Amino acid sequence: MQTVNSPKPSEDVNLLSLHKKRIKVSDIIWRILIYISIIITVGIFAIIILYIIINGINYISLDFFTKAPNDSLEGILPIIINTLYVEVVTLLIAVPIGIGSAIYLTQYVKQGKFVKIIRFCTETLAGIPSILFGLFGYTVFCIMFGLGSSIIAGCLTMVICVLPNIVRTTEETLLTVPKSYKDGALALGAGKFRVIMGIVLPCAMPGILTSIILAVGRIMGESAAFLLTIGTGTKMPKNLFDHIFASGRTLTLHLYYMSGNSSTKDSMNICFGVATILLIMVFILNCLAKLAAKGFRK
Amino acid sequence: MGKKSDLKSKKNKSNDIKVSIENLNLFYGNFWALKNVTLDIPKGKVTAFIGPSGCGKSTCLKTINRMNDLVSSCRIDGKVLIDNEDIYDPKTDVTLLRRRAGMVFQTPNPFPMSVYDNIAYGPRIHGIKNKAKLDEVVERSLKGAAIWDDLKDKLKKSAFGLSGGQQQRLCIARALAVEPDVILMDEPTSALDPISTLKIEDLMAELRKKYTVIIVTHNMQQATRIADKTAFFLLGEVIEYSDTASMFKNPADPRTEQYITGRFG
Repeated sequence: MQTVNSPKPSEDVNLLSLHKKRIKVSDIIWRILIYISIIITVGIFAIIILYIIINGINYISLDFFTKAPNDSLEGILPIIINTLYVEVVTLLIAVPIGIGSAIYLTQYVKQGKFVKIIRFCTETLAGIPSILFGLFGYTVFCIMFGLGSSIIAGCLTMVICVLPNIVRTTEETLLTVPKSYKDGALALGAGKFRVIMGIVLPCAMPGILTSIILAVGRIMGESAAFLLTIGTGTKMPKNLFDHIFASGRTLTLHLYYMSGNSSTKDSMNICFGVATILLIMVFILNCLAKLAAKGFRK
Repeated sequence: MGKKSDLKSKKNKSNDIKVSIENLNLFYGNFWALKNVTLDIPKGKVTAFIGPSGCGKSTCLKTINRMNDLVSSCRIDGKVLIDNEDIYDPKTDVTLLRRRAGMVFQTPNPFPMSVYDNIAYGPRIHGIKNKAKLDEVVERSLKGAAIWDDLKDKLKKSAFGLSGGQQQRLCIARALAVEPDVILMDEPTSALDPISTLKIEDLMAELRKKYTVIIVTHNMQQATRIADKTAFFLLGEVIEYSDTASMFKNPADPRTEQYITGRFG
Protein backbone atom coordinates (compact mmCIF):
# COMPACT_ATOMS: atom_id res chain seq x y z
CA MET A 1 0.00 0.00 0.00
CA GLN A 2 1.14 3.56 -0.61
CA THR A 3 1.23 5.31 2.69
CA VAL A 4 2.91 8.55 1.70
CA ASN A 5 -0.05 10.07 -0.11
CA SER A 6 -2.64 8.53 2.14
CA PRO A 7 -4.62 11.73 3.04
CA LYS A 8 -5.90 12.25 -0.49
CA PRO A 9 -7.28 8.83 -1.28
CA SER A 10 -8.94 8.59 2.12
CA GLU A 11 -10.72 11.89 1.49
CA ASP A 12 -12.08 10.49 -1.76
CA VAL A 13 -13.41 7.49 0.06
CA ASN A 14 -15.21 9.75 2.49
CA LEU A 15 -16.76 11.74 -0.31
CA LEU A 16 -18.01 8.59 -1.98
CA SER A 17 -19.46 7.22 1.22
CA LEU A 18 -21.82 10.22 1.41
CA HIS A 19 -23.98 8.56 -1.22
CA LYS A 20 -23.88 5.14 0.29
CA LYS A 21 -26.32 5.30 3.12
CA ARG A 22 -25.80 2.38 5.39
CA ILE A 23 -28.23 1.31 8.05
CA LYS A 24 -26.54 0.41 11.27
CA VAL A 25 -27.87 -2.49 13.31
CA SER A 26 -27.11 -0.68 16.56
CA ASP A 27 -29.39 2.18 15.47
CA ILE A 28 -32.26 -0.22 14.90
CA ILE A 29 -31.80 -1.93 18.25
CA TRP A 30 -31.60 1.43 19.97
CA ARG A 31 -34.84 2.55 18.34
CA ILE A 32 -36.63 -0.64 19.27
CA LEU A 33 -35.53 -0.27 22.89
CA ILE A 34 -36.81 3.29 23.01
CA TYR A 35 -40.16 2.31 21.50
CA ILE A 36 -40.53 -0.53 23.98
CA SER A 37 -39.89 1.76 26.95
CA ILE A 38 -42.37 4.31 25.65
CA ILE A 39 -45.01 1.62 25.12
CA ILE A 40 -44.46 0.26 28.62
CA THR A 41 -44.64 3.70 30.26
CA VAL A 42 -47.71 4.90 28.42
CA GLY A 43 -49.27 1.44 28.47
CA ILE A 44 -49.08 1.03 32.23
CA PHE A 45 -50.55 4.46 32.73
CA ALA A 46 -53.39 3.78 30.28
CA ILE A 47 -54.16 0.34 31.71
CA ILE A 48 -54.35 1.63 35.28
CA ILE A 49 -56.59 4.54 34.35
CA LEU A 50 -58.87 2.42 32.19
CA TYR A 51 -59.05 -0.40 34.74
CA ILE A 52 -60.04 1.96 37.53
CA ILE A 53 -62.51 3.95 35.49
CA ILE A 54 -64.18 0.90 33.91
CA ASN A 55 -64.61 -0.66 37.32
CA GLY A 56 -65.61 2.53 39.05
CA ILE A 57 -67.71 4.46 36.55
CA ASN A 58 -70.78 2.23 36.84
CA TYR A 59 -70.83 2.70 40.54
CA ILE A 60 -70.69 6.45 40.46
CA SER A 61 -74.12 7.98 40.65
CA LEU A 62 -75.35 11.35 41.73
CA ASP A 63 -76.18 9.89 45.11
CA PHE A 64 -72.69 8.46 45.46
CA PHE A 65 -71.01 11.79 45.71
CA THR A 66 -73.80 13.98 47.01
CA LYS A 67 -74.67 11.99 50.13
CA ALA A 68 -73.02 10.94 53.37
CA PRO A 69 -72.31 7.21 53.79
CA ASN A 70 -75.53 5.30 54.48
CA ASP A 71 -75.95 1.91 56.11
CA SER A 72 -74.32 0.13 53.20
CA LEU A 73 -71.54 2.74 53.30
CA GLU A 74 -72.40 4.30 49.96
CA GLY A 75 -71.98 8.03 49.59
CA ILE A 76 -68.76 9.99 49.94
CA LEU A 77 -69.67 13.69 49.98
CA PRO A 78 -68.30 14.41 53.49
CA ILE A 79 -65.10 12.58 52.57
CA ILE A 80 -64.62 14.69 49.44
CA ILE A 81 -65.19 17.76 51.60
CA ASN A 82 -62.61 16.52 54.12
CA THR A 83 -60.07 15.99 51.36
CA LEU A 84 -60.52 19.47 49.92
CA TYR A 85 -60.54 20.89 53.43
CA VAL A 86 -57.20 19.22 54.24
CA GLU A 87 -55.82 20.40 50.92
CA VAL A 88 -56.72 24.04 51.57
CA VAL A 89 -55.68 24.21 55.23
CA THR A 90 -52.36 22.46 54.64
CA LEU A 91 -51.47 24.72 51.72
CA LEU A 92 -52.51 27.83 53.65
CA ILE A 93 -49.99 26.93 56.33
CA ALA A 94 -47.24 25.30 54.25
CA VAL A 95 -46.98 27.66 51.26
CA PRO A 96 -46.26 30.91 53.15
CA ILE A 97 -43.77 29.18 55.46
CA GLY A 98 -42.11 27.37 52.56
CA ILE A 99 -41.77 30.43 50.32
CA GLY A 100 -40.64 32.52 53.29
CA SER A 101 -37.88 30.05 54.16
CA ALA A 102 -36.78 29.82 50.55
CA ILE A 103 -36.57 33.62 50.30
CA TYR A 104 -34.57 33.76 53.50
CA LEU A 105 -32.20 31.01 52.39
CA THR A 106 -31.55 32.51 48.96
CA GLN A 107 -31.81 36.27 49.47
CA TYR A 108 -30.94 37.12 53.04
CA VAL A 109 -28.67 34.68 54.80
CA LYS A 110 -24.98 34.62 53.93
CA GLN A 111 -24.25 31.50 51.88
CA GLY A 112 -22.07 29.23 53.97
CA LYS A 113 -22.02 26.30 56.33
CA PHE A 114 -25.27 27.25 58.05
CA VAL A 115 -27.21 27.24 54.77
CA LYS A 116 -25.56 23.99 53.72
CA ILE A 117 -26.71 22.33 56.93
CA ILE A 118 -30.26 23.61 56.43
CA ARG A 119 -30.26 22.39 52.81
CA PHE A 120 -29.02 18.98 53.87
CA CYS A 121 -31.77 18.78 56.51
CA THR A 122 -34.54 19.74 54.09
CA GLU A 123 -33.28 17.23 51.54
CA THR A 124 -33.22 14.49 54.12
CA LEU A 125 -36.66 15.43 55.41
CA ALA A 126 -38.01 15.21 51.87
CA GLY A 127 -36.91 11.59 51.65
CA ILE A 128 -38.31 10.34 54.96
CA PRO A 129 -41.20 7.82 54.67
CA SER A 130 -44.42 9.60 55.50
CA ILE A 131 -45.55 7.05 58.06
CA LEU A 132 -42.74 8.39 60.28
CA PHE A 133 -44.25 11.85 60.01
CA GLY A 134 -47.57 10.20 60.88
CA LEU A 135 -46.06 8.72 64.02
CA PHE A 136 -44.52 12.06 64.96
CA GLY A 137 -47.80 13.89 64.28
CA TYR A 138 -49.69 11.37 66.38
CA THR A 139 -47.43 11.72 69.43
CA VAL A 140 -46.91 15.49 69.15
CA PHE A 141 -50.05 17.02 67.65
CA CYS A 142 -52.68 14.46 68.69
CA ILE A 143 -51.39 13.61 72.17
CA MET A 144 -48.97 16.30 73.37
CA PHE A 145 -50.92 19.24 71.95
CA GLY A 146 -54.17 17.49 72.85
CA LEU A 147 -55.67 17.90 69.40
CA GLY A 148 -56.78 14.26 69.29
CA SER A 149 -57.48 12.56 66.00
CA SER A 150 -58.60 15.58 64.06
CA ILE A 151 -58.33 17.29 60.70
CA ILE A 152 -56.07 19.99 62.15
CA ALA A 153 -53.65 17.35 63.49
CA GLY A 154 -53.63 15.70 60.05
CA CYS A 155 -53.05 19.04 58.34
CA LEU A 156 -50.16 19.98 60.61
CA THR A 157 -48.56 16.60 59.98
CA MET A 158 -49.05 17.06 56.25
CA VAL A 159 -47.47 20.52 56.45
CA ILE A 160 -44.28 18.89 57.69
CA CYS A 161 -44.45 16.36 54.85
CA VAL A 162 -44.78 18.88 52.02
CA LEU A 163 -42.70 21.71 53.46
CA PRO A 164 -39.25 20.35 52.48
CA ASN A 165 -40.29 19.94 48.86
CA ILE A 166 -41.86 23.40 48.66
CA VAL A 167 -38.74 24.96 50.17
CA ARG A 168 -36.38 23.09 47.85
CA THR A 169 -38.27 23.71 44.62
CA THR A 170 -38.87 27.37 45.44
CA GLU A 171 -35.23 27.83 46.43
CA GLU A 172 -34.07 26.38 43.11
CA THR A 173 -36.30 28.72 41.11
CA LEU A 174 -35.34 31.75 43.16
CA LEU A 175 -31.69 31.01 42.42
CA THR A 176 -32.40 31.02 38.68
CA VAL A 177 -33.65 34.64 38.71
CA PRO A 178 -30.86 36.54 36.91
CA LYS A 179 -28.73 38.74 39.13
CA SER A 180 -28.93 41.48 36.49
CA TYR A 181 -32.63 42.01 37.26
CA LYS A 182 -31.86 42.51 40.92
CA ASP A 183 -28.96 44.83 40.14
CA GLY A 184 -31.15 46.83 37.79
CA ALA A 185 -33.79 47.32 40.45
CA LEU A 186 -31.28 48.08 43.21
CA ALA A 187 -29.58 50.65 40.98
CA LEU A 188 -32.90 52.47 40.70
CA GLY A 189 -32.95 52.83 44.46
CA ALA A 190 -35.28 49.95 45.28
CA GLY A 191 -34.95 48.44 48.73
CA LYS A 192 -34.36 44.74 49.17
CA PHE A 193 -37.99 44.06 50.09
CA ARG A 194 -39.25 45.84 46.97
CA VAL A 195 -36.79 43.99 44.78
CA ILE A 196 -37.96 40.65 46.15
CA MET A 197 -41.68 41.43 45.95
CA GLY A 198 -41.59 43.29 42.63
CA ILE A 199 -38.92 41.46 40.65
CA VAL A 200 -37.67 38.22 42.18
CA LEU A 201 -40.97 36.60 43.20
CA PRO A 202 -42.85 37.41 39.95
CA CYS A 203 -39.93 35.98 37.96
CA ALA A 204 -39.96 32.83 40.04
CA MET A 205 -43.75 32.45 40.02
CA PRO A 206 -43.94 29.60 37.45
CA GLY A 207 -41.49 27.57 39.51
CA ILE A 208 -43.26 28.36 42.76
CA LEU A 209 -46.57 27.30 41.21
CA THR A 210 -44.97 24.04 40.11
CA SER A 211 -43.91 23.37 43.69
CA ILE A 212 -47.47 24.06 44.84
CA ILE A 213 -48.92 21.76 42.16
CA LEU A 214 -46.63 18.99 43.36
CA ALA A 215 -47.71 19.65 46.94
CA VAL A 216 -51.37 19.51 45.92
CA GLY A 217 -50.82 16.11 44.35
CA ARG A 218 -48.86 14.88 47.34
CA ILE A 219 -51.57 15.91 49.81
CA MET A 220 -54.30 14.37 47.66
CA GLY A 221 -52.44 11.09 47.44
CA GLU A 222 -51.09 10.86 50.97
CA SER A 223 -52.49 8.22 53.28
CA ALA A 224 -49.78 7.10 55.69
CA ALA A 225 -49.31 10.49 57.34
CA PHE A 226 -53.08 10.75 57.87
CA LEU A 227 -53.55 7.20 59.05
CA LEU A 228 -52.45 7.90 62.60
CA THR A 229 -53.54 11.52 62.90
CA ILE A 230 -56.74 12.47 61.14
CA GLY A 231 -59.26 9.93 62.49
CA THR A 232 -61.93 8.05 60.64
CA GLY A 233 -64.93 10.40 60.78
CA THR A 234 -67.45 10.31 57.93
CA LYS A 235 -69.99 12.81 59.22
CA MET A 236 -71.09 15.82 57.24
CA PRO A 237 -69.46 18.98 58.64
CA LYS A 238 -71.96 21.09 60.57
CA ASN A 239 -69.85 24.20 60.70
CA LEU A 240 -66.77 24.87 58.62
CA PHE A 241 -64.73 26.29 61.52
CA ASP A 242 -65.56 23.63 64.09
CA HIS A 243 -64.94 20.97 61.48
CA ILE A 244 -61.21 21.53 61.73
CA PHE A 245 -61.18 19.89 65.16
CA ALA A 246 -63.40 17.00 64.07
CA SER A 247 -62.14 13.63 63.00
CA GLY A 248 -62.49 13.14 59.25
CA ARG A 249 -60.99 10.64 56.83
CA THR A 250 -59.72 11.64 53.41
CA LEU A 251 -60.52 9.84 50.14
CA THR A 252 -57.32 7.79 50.20
CA LEU A 253 -58.00 6.68 53.76
CA HIS A 254 -61.61 5.86 52.86
CA LEU A 255 -60.33 3.67 50.06
CA TYR A 256 -57.97 1.95 52.48
CA TYR A 257 -60.67 1.33 55.11
CA MET A 258 -63.17 0.14 52.48
CA SER A 259 -60.76 -2.34 50.94
CA GLY A 260 -60.45 -4.07 54.30
CA ASN A 261 -64.13 -3.86 55.10
CA SER A 262 -66.15 -7.03 54.64
CA SER A 263 -69.40 -5.82 56.20
CA THR A 264 -70.79 -4.88 52.82
CA LYS A 265 -70.68 -6.81 49.56
CA ASP A 266 -70.11 -3.61 47.69
CA SER A 267 -66.90 -2.61 49.42
CA MET A 268 -64.71 -3.28 46.38
CA ASN A 269 -67.08 -1.32 44.15
CA ILE A 270 -66.94 1.57 46.59
CA CYS A 271 -63.15 1.41 46.40
CA PHE A 272 -63.19 1.76 42.63
CA GLY A 273 -65.76 4.54 42.85
CA VAL A 274 -63.51 6.43 45.29
CA ALA A 275 -60.47 5.78 43.11
CA THR A 276 -62.24 7.16 40.06
CA ILE A 277 -63.24 10.29 41.96
CA LEU A 278 -59.64 10.70 43.17
CA LEU A 279 -58.35 10.45 39.63
CA ILE A 280 -60.84 13.02 38.40
CA MET A 281 -59.96 15.42 41.25
CA VAL A 282 -56.22 15.14 40.62
CA PHE A 283 -56.84 15.70 36.92
CA ILE A 284 -58.97 18.80 37.51
CA LEU A 285 -56.52 20.28 40.05
CA ASN A 286 -53.59 19.73 37.70
CA CYS A 287 -55.44 21.43 34.86
CA LEU A 288 -56.32 24.41 37.07
CA ALA A 289 -52.73 24.76 38.24
CA LYS A 290 -51.43 24.53 34.66
CA LEU A 291 -53.85 27.27 33.64
CA ALA A 292 -52.72 29.43 36.55
CA ALA A 293 -49.08 28.94 35.63
CA LYS A 294 -49.83 29.87 32.03
CA GLY A 295 -51.62 33.01 33.16
CA PHE A 296 -48.58 34.02 35.20
CA ARG A 297 -46.14 33.48 32.37
CA LYS A 298 -47.93 36.01 30.18
CA MET B 1 0.52 66.68 34.73
CA GLY B 2 -3.08 65.60 34.95
CA LYS B 3 -3.09 66.06 38.66
CA LYS B 4 -1.78 69.60 38.43
CA SER B 5 -4.53 70.69 36.09
CA ASP B 6 -7.09 69.09 38.40
CA LEU B 7 -5.83 71.04 41.35
CA LYS B 8 -6.16 74.20 39.39
CA SER B 9 -9.71 73.44 38.38
CA LYS B 10 -10.60 72.63 41.96
CA LYS B 11 -9.48 76.02 43.14
CA ASN B 12 -10.97 77.98 40.31
CA LYS B 13 -14.34 76.40 39.74
CA SER B 14 -15.16 73.85 42.41
CA ASN B 15 -18.85 74.38 41.60
CA ASP B 16 -18.28 72.61 38.33
CA ILE B 17 -17.18 69.41 40.03
CA LYS B 18 -20.02 66.92 40.28
CA VAL B 19 -18.35 63.80 41.62
CA SER B 20 -15.16 63.94 43.58
CA ILE B 21 -13.22 60.81 44.51
CA GLU B 22 -10.53 61.33 47.13
CA ASN B 23 -7.85 58.80 48.07
CA LEU B 24 -10.14 55.89 47.42
CA ASN B 25 -8.84 52.46 48.28
CA LEU B 26 -10.99 49.41 47.74
CA PHE B 27 -10.34 45.80 48.69
CA TYR B 28 -12.13 42.61 47.67
CA GLY B 29 -11.03 40.39 50.55
CA ASN B 30 -7.25 40.56 50.27
CA PHE B 31 -7.21 41.88 46.72
CA TRP B 32 -6.36 45.57 46.48
CA ALA B 33 -8.64 46.59 43.62
CA LEU B 34 -8.37 50.40 43.74
CA LYS B 35 -5.22 52.16 44.90
CA ASN B 36 -5.37 55.78 46.03
CA VAL B 37 -7.76 56.85 43.32
CA THR B 38 -8.33 60.58 43.20
CA LEU B 39 -10.57 62.01 40.47
CA ASP B 40 -12.67 65.14 40.05
CA ILE B 41 -15.43 64.58 37.57
CA PRO B 42 -16.89 67.72 36.00
CA LYS B 43 -20.57 68.53 35.86
CA GLY B 44 -22.37 68.28 32.52
CA LYS B 45 -19.54 66.47 30.77
CA VAL B 46 -18.91 62.94 29.59
CA THR B 47 -16.03 61.33 31.44
CA ALA B 48 -14.65 58.01 30.25
CA PHE B 49 -12.79 55.39 32.27
CA ILE B 50 -10.54 53.29 30.07
CA GLY B 51 -8.03 50.56 30.77
CA PRO B 52 -7.43 46.84 30.28
CA SER B 53 -9.71 44.18 31.80
CA GLY B 54 -9.46 43.89 35.57
CA CYS B 55 -7.89 47.33 36.00
CA GLY B 56 -10.62 48.51 38.37
CA LYS B 57 -12.51 50.91 36.12
CA SER B 58 -15.88 49.19 36.60
CA THR B 59 -15.21 48.85 40.31
CA CYS B 60 -14.48 52.56 40.52
CA LEU B 61 -17.72 53.32 38.66
CA LYS B 62 -19.70 51.17 41.05
CA THR B 63 -18.38 53.00 44.09
CA ILE B 64 -20.22 56.09 42.87
CA ASN B 65 -23.66 54.57 43.44
CA ARG B 66 -22.48 52.11 46.08
CA MET B 67 -23.31 48.98 44.09
CA ASN B 68 -20.17 47.51 45.68
CA ASP B 69 -22.10 47.37 48.95
CA LEU B 70 -23.65 44.18 47.55
CA VAL B 71 -20.29 42.41 47.50
CA SER B 72 -19.84 41.16 51.04
CA SER B 73 -16.03 40.93 50.94
CA CYS B 74 -15.68 44.54 49.73
CA ARG B 75 -14.00 47.12 52.00
CA ILE B 76 -13.71 50.80 51.15
CA ASP B 77 -11.44 53.47 52.48
CA GLY B 78 -11.44 57.09 51.32
CA LYS B 79 -14.10 59.52 50.20
CA VAL B 80 -16.54 59.81 47.33
CA LEU B 81 -18.38 63.12 47.19
CA ILE B 82 -21.36 64.00 45.05
CA ASP B 83 -22.05 67.73 45.19
CA ASN B 84 -19.71 67.89 48.18
CA GLU B 85 -21.65 65.33 50.19
CA ASP B 86 -19.79 62.20 51.25
CA ILE B 87 -21.82 59.25 49.99
CA TYR B 88 -20.09 56.81 52.34
CA ASP B 89 -21.18 58.82 55.36
CA PRO B 90 -23.25 56.57 57.65
CA LYS B 91 -26.13 59.03 57.36
CA THR B 92 -26.34 58.56 53.59
CA ASP B 93 -29.63 57.17 52.31
CA VAL B 94 -28.52 54.66 49.68
CA THR B 95 -31.96 54.72 48.07
CA LEU B 96 -31.70 58.46 47.48
CA LEU B 97 -28.11 58.13 46.33
CA ARG B 98 -29.03 55.56 43.69
CA ARG B 99 -31.88 57.76 42.61
CA ARG B 100 -29.42 60.59 41.96
CA ALA B 101 -26.78 58.38 40.36
CA GLY B 102 -28.52 56.13 37.85
CA MET B 103 -26.78 53.16 36.32
CA VAL B 104 -26.81 51.44 32.94
CA PHE B 105 -25.27 48.00 32.79
CA GLN B 106 -23.09 46.15 30.33
CA THR B 107 -25.80 43.83 29.03
CA PRO B 108 -29.26 45.32 28.64
CA ASN B 109 -31.25 44.13 31.64
CA PRO B 110 -34.88 45.13 31.18
CA PHE B 111 -37.24 43.59 33.72
CA PRO B 112 -39.54 40.82 32.46
CA MET B 113 -42.52 43.15 32.17
CA SER B 114 -43.99 45.59 29.69
CA VAL B 115 -42.09 48.59 28.33
CA TYR B 116 -44.33 50.88 30.35
CA ASP B 117 -43.87 48.99 33.62
CA ASN B 118 -40.10 48.91 33.11
CA ILE B 119 -39.96 52.70 33.00
CA ALA B 120 -42.57 53.14 35.72
CA TYR B 121 -40.79 50.77 38.10
CA GLY B 122 -38.43 53.42 39.45
CA PRO B 123 -40.99 56.21 39.90
CA ARG B 124 -43.36 53.72 41.51
CA ILE B 125 -40.86 52.63 44.15
CA HIS B 126 -40.26 56.27 44.90
CA GLY B 127 -43.95 56.74 45.57
CA ILE B 128 -45.58 58.04 42.38
CA LYS B 129 -48.94 56.32 42.00
CA ASN B 130 -50.92 58.81 39.97
CA LYS B 131 -51.56 57.32 36.52
CA ALA B 132 -51.39 60.63 34.65
CA LYS B 133 -48.12 61.51 36.34
CA LEU B 134 -46.67 58.09 35.50
CA ASP B 135 -47.76 58.42 31.88
CA GLU B 136 -45.97 61.72 31.73
CA VAL B 137 -42.79 60.35 33.31
CA VAL B 138 -42.78 57.39 30.92
CA GLU B 139 -43.16 59.62 27.90
CA ARG B 140 -40.53 62.10 29.08
CA SER B 141 -38.03 59.33 29.89
CA LEU B 142 -38.50 57.55 26.59
CA LYS B 143 -38.12 60.83 24.74
CA GLY B 144 -35.02 61.56 26.81
CA ALA B 145 -33.53 58.27 25.66
CA ALA B 146 -34.55 59.03 22.06
CA ILE B 147 -36.67 55.94 21.78
CA TRP B 148 -40.19 57.32 22.18
CA ASP B 149 -40.95 57.18 18.47
CA ASP B 150 -39.88 53.53 18.27
CA LEU B 151 -41.81 52.45 21.33
CA LYS B 152 -44.85 54.67 21.73
CA ASP B 153 -47.08 52.01 20.15
CA LYS B 154 -45.45 49.16 22.05
CA LEU B 155 -45.80 50.42 25.62
CA LYS B 156 -47.88 47.42 26.68
CA LYS B 157 -45.64 44.89 24.93
CA SER B 158 -43.01 42.89 26.77
CA ALA B 159 -39.60 44.53 26.85
CA PHE B 160 -38.06 41.20 25.82
CA GLY B 161 -39.47 41.58 22.31
CA LEU B 162 -37.20 44.56 21.61
CA SER B 163 -33.82 44.42 19.89
CA GLY B 164 -30.65 44.62 21.98
CA GLY B 165 -30.07 48.28 21.12
CA GLN B 166 -33.67 49.17 21.92
CA GLN B 167 -33.43 47.28 25.20
CA GLN B 168 -30.33 49.23 26.17
CA ARG B 169 -31.99 52.55 25.35
CA LEU B 170 -35.00 51.36 27.34
CA CYS B 171 -32.64 50.77 30.27
CA ILE B 172 -31.27 54.27 29.85
CA ALA B 173 -34.84 55.60 29.83
CA ARG B 174 -35.53 53.56 32.96
CA ALA B 175 -32.57 55.21 34.65
CA LEU B 176 -33.74 58.67 33.51
CA ALA B 177 -37.21 58.07 34.93
CA VAL B 178 -36.06 58.59 38.52
CA GLU B 179 -34.53 61.95 37.56
CA PRO B 180 -30.86 61.37 38.35
CA ASP B 181 -28.16 63.98 37.85
CA VAL B 182 -25.33 61.52 37.32
CA ILE B 183 -25.59 58.63 34.88
CA LEU B 184 -23.12 55.79 35.27
CA MET B 185 -22.65 53.54 32.27
CA ASP B 186 -20.73 50.32 32.56
CA GLU B 187 -19.62 49.39 29.02
CA PRO B 188 -23.12 50.14 27.74
CA THR B 189 -22.43 49.22 24.12
CA SER B 190 -20.18 46.18 24.44
CA ALA B 191 -23.10 43.81 23.79
CA LEU B 192 -24.51 45.82 20.88
CA ASP B 193 -24.04 45.96 17.12
CA PRO B 194 -22.28 48.98 15.50
CA ILE B 195 -25.47 50.79 14.51
CA SER B 196 -27.03 50.50 17.95
CA THR B 197 -23.69 51.59 19.41
CA LEU B 198 -23.75 54.71 17.28
CA LYS B 199 -27.27 55.53 18.43
CA ILE B 200 -26.28 55.18 22.08
CA GLU B 201 -23.24 57.38 21.50
CA ASP B 202 -25.42 60.05 19.89
CA LEU B 203 -27.70 59.76 22.86
CA MET B 204 -24.80 60.30 25.26
CA ALA B 205 -23.92 63.54 23.52
CA GLU B 206 -27.54 64.57 24.06
CA LEU B 207 -27.56 63.47 27.71
CA ARG B 208 -24.48 65.58 28.49
CA LYS B 209 -26.63 68.70 28.19
CA LYS B 210 -28.65 67.75 31.28
CA TYR B 211 -26.66 65.11 33.11
CA THR B 212 -23.17 64.27 34.19
CA VAL B 213 -22.25 61.09 32.34
CA ILE B 214 -19.53 58.68 33.42
CA ILE B 215 -18.84 55.78 31.10
CA VAL B 216 -16.59 52.76 31.39
CA THR B 217 -15.47 51.57 28.00
CA HIS B 218 -13.13 49.03 26.47
CA ASN B 219 -13.24 50.84 23.20
CA MET B 220 -10.73 53.68 22.91
CA GLN B 221 -12.27 55.04 19.72
CA GLN B 222 -15.49 55.33 21.65
CA ALA B 223 -13.75 57.36 24.34
CA THR B 224 -12.32 59.73 21.75
CA ARG B 225 -15.71 60.09 20.08
CA ILE B 226 -17.80 60.87 23.11
CA ALA B 227 -15.74 61.76 26.17
CA ASP B 228 -14.67 65.24 27.25
CA LYS B 229 -12.30 63.82 29.83
CA THR B 230 -10.68 60.42 30.10
CA ALA B 231 -9.11 58.55 32.99
CA PHE B 232 -6.73 55.70 32.25
CA PHE B 233 -6.72 52.92 34.84
CA LEU B 234 -4.03 50.28 35.22
CA LEU B 235 -3.86 47.65 37.98
CA GLY B 236 -6.16 49.65 40.23
CA GLU B 237 -4.38 52.96 39.81
CA VAL B 238 -5.31 56.03 37.82
CA ILE B 239 -2.26 56.51 35.62
CA GLU B 240 -3.50 59.56 33.81
CA TYR B 241 -6.55 61.78 33.85
CA SER B 242 -6.99 64.70 31.51
CA ASP B 243 -8.93 66.07 28.56
CA THR B 244 -9.57 63.32 26.07
CA ALA B 245 -8.07 65.14 23.13
CA SER B 246 -4.81 65.92 24.87
CA MET B 247 -4.50 62.45 26.36
CA PHE B 248 -4.85 60.75 23.01
CA LYS B 249 -2.59 63.27 21.27
CA ASN B 250 0.19 63.57 23.83
CA PRO B 251 -0.11 61.04 26.59
CA ALA B 252 1.95 62.13 29.59
CA ASP B 253 2.79 58.67 30.84
CA PRO B 254 4.56 56.07 28.69
CA ARG B 255 2.14 53.38 29.92
CA THR B 256 -0.80 55.40 28.64
CA GLU B 257 0.90 55.75 25.32
CA GLN B 258 1.57 52.03 25.14
CA TYR B 259 -2.04 51.25 25.92
CA ILE B 260 -3.67 53.69 23.54
CA THR B 261 -1.36 52.70 20.71
CA GLY B 262 -2.43 49.13 21.27
CA ARG B 263 0.82 47.68 22.54
CA PHE B 264 -0.95 45.90 25.41
CA GLY B 265 -4.36 45.44 26.98
